Parts: sequence; C-alpha cells; structure tokens
Amino acid sequence: MAVKGWIEVSDTYCKGCEICISACPQAVIELNMAQLTPKGYHPAHTFKDGCTGCAICAVVCPDAAITVYREITKVNTPVTA
Amino acid sequence: MTTPNLVYERPEAFTDAPTHYCPGCTHGVAHRLVAEVLDEMKVTDRTIGVAPVGCAVFAYNYFDTDFVEAPHGRAPAMATGIKRVLPDRVVFTYQGDGDLASIGMGEIVHAAARGENLTVIFINNANYGMTGGQMAPTTLPGMKTTSSPNGRDVETQGYPIKVSEMLSTLDGVGYCVRRSLHDPKNIRLAKKAIRMAFETQVRGLGFSMVELLSTCPTNWGMTPVNSLKFVEEHMIPAYPLGDYKVSDAIKQIKI
Repeated sequence: MAVKGWIEVSDTYCKGCEICISACPQAVIELNMAQLTPKGYHPAHTFKDGCTGCAICAVVCPDAAITVYREITKVNTPVTA
Repeated sequence: MTTPNLVYERPEAFTDAPTHYCPGCTHGVAHRLVAEVLDEMKVTDRTIGVAPVGCAVFAYNYFDTDFVEAPHGRAPAMATGIKRVLPDRVVFTYQGDGDLASIGMGEIVHAAARGENLTVIFINNANYGMTGGQMAPTTLPGMKTTSSPNGRDVETQGYPIKVSEMLSTLDGVGYCVRRSLHDPKNIRLAKKAIRMAFETQVRGLGFSMVELLSTCPTNWGMTPVNSLKFVEEHMIPAYPLGDYKVSDAIKQIKI
C-alpha cells in the first residue's frame, strides 16, 4: 500500500504562488478558488487523495506555510526461523 | 494501527510574522533555510543577524534572534564589530546583490580579506528588487530592467560581477560556494551549504559566504514558476554553481 500523508496549509502565510503545485510529484495540490486568505490570496490545498507526505511542497514553499504529516504503518516483524 | 507523524513544520527560529515578500519570492526559501540551520545547530539564542538595505530589510521581523539593521552595504563592517566584541556569538549577514555587490562591495571584499569569522548569505537575483527592478551589478548581459529597458549593454554598462569567484581568491576566505534555489534538490544542497558556512564560523575557520541564485518574479515580470525556469535556463549558465573555495580544514567537517 502506498504511503499516506497529508498537508496543512496555513492561511496566515500562504500567498498562492503555485510553486508547490508545480513541484508536487503526485500532482495533488491546487489553489482553493472557493477560499480567500486574510491577505486576499487563494491558498493551496490538496484536492484529491495520493499525498505521500514527501514534504517536497514544504521544501519549495517560500513562506514556510506548509506542515506535512505522514502516517506510520506498523511494519510486521519479520518472521525468523 | 497507524499513528500520525510530523514530517515537516515551520522552523522554530522563525517568528509568527508573515513575510512581506511578493508571492513566490525565494527570499522566503533562503530565510527558511537559515532558520532551519539555526534550529539544527541549536544556536538561535546566541545568534546575531545583520540585515541589509533591500528587500530583506525587514528580516529582523522574521527571525527569532537578535538582529541589527545596517546602513546600505555596511552589513559586513557592522558584523565585524559585533563579532570582535562578542566572539562567542554566531554572527551572520543577509545581503542582496544591490547591497553586497554594488554599494557594499568595499565592505565585503575587505571583511573577506581580513578573514573575519562571520557568515554571509548573499542573495543574487540580478536586479534591485525593493526599488523597482533597476539594473544591478549582477544583471545578466541583455537582460531588460527598468533602468536598462533595451537590455544590459555590456559596451556601456559593463559585465556582471561574479562575487563568489572574486572572493574565493582571497586568503581570508574559508568557505565560498554558489547554490541555487530553483528546485527541491538545489534547495537541499543550499541548506547543506548554509550549514557548512555556519559550521565554519562556529569552528573559527575564517570568512564564509554562500551565494544563492534567487528569483524576483515581480520585477522580472514572470510568474513564480516561470521565474524558477529562468534561473535554471539563464542564470545558472552565467553564474555556474559550485564550491569556489573550501579550505582543507572545512573539508574535514562531518555533519
């Protein structure tokens, strides 16, 4: 099963520059046109499943607006002998 | 059973203030990398930054460290004084190309020549961002700016100054590299370089500078994504990335 992650984009910091959208390897980020931040930008959000929590969006974000989480799936202990 | 796990969050060395930079400006990335490095090295409480004149003039609002605002171009001179009076502090300057490569050229060259034990973060975005995109010493030949509307003519306006190459010839310099902020890989390499620059200072191995190729979407008249492509296609050929000077003692540092 693919790794599952999710991001939280801060309304305070996001300026809708779209750099995370072009950088996302899974192409799951877009601007949320239904929402405006207090500064008047459309913030980024994930619009479909598929985020792996790779944090590349956070690496390229110029405003440190993205917090990234990843689910840890408990790995079965390998069978020995 | 699954448990949520934090992968990345805003660095602690940042204050809560949102930056005043234009959307997509890589000044924010450079700030974030410096903050992450200060967090990793746990030196935030004994760091003193020196802000320039230029777009980064409000840097003191964004870092949770002590900060001084220097007159235009004089950040290395001011940082020299701070570092000599308080040698146990980590002192860094954060300067743009108008500040460092134009009016502050004398200060940076002499601070480097004296081998002052401080770290310089140099943002090269090929124009004067704050005042409206005028031609800077680092503007590429043929590049249109508000003060070179027909493109920079090297016959009358000279050639771009390659600061890293120039400073690497000085004996006082311990670490001098150029990195870019245009894609995730290069951002990670830039962070590593900034870490090495601060390690150079903490160990007292001489002057350290990291030049970062940056974007200016507003004054270049491009979208943030296109301006990243411009850096890759036009700025990197003119300003090759690489290690221009890494002294032998610094090569031994393992982080």
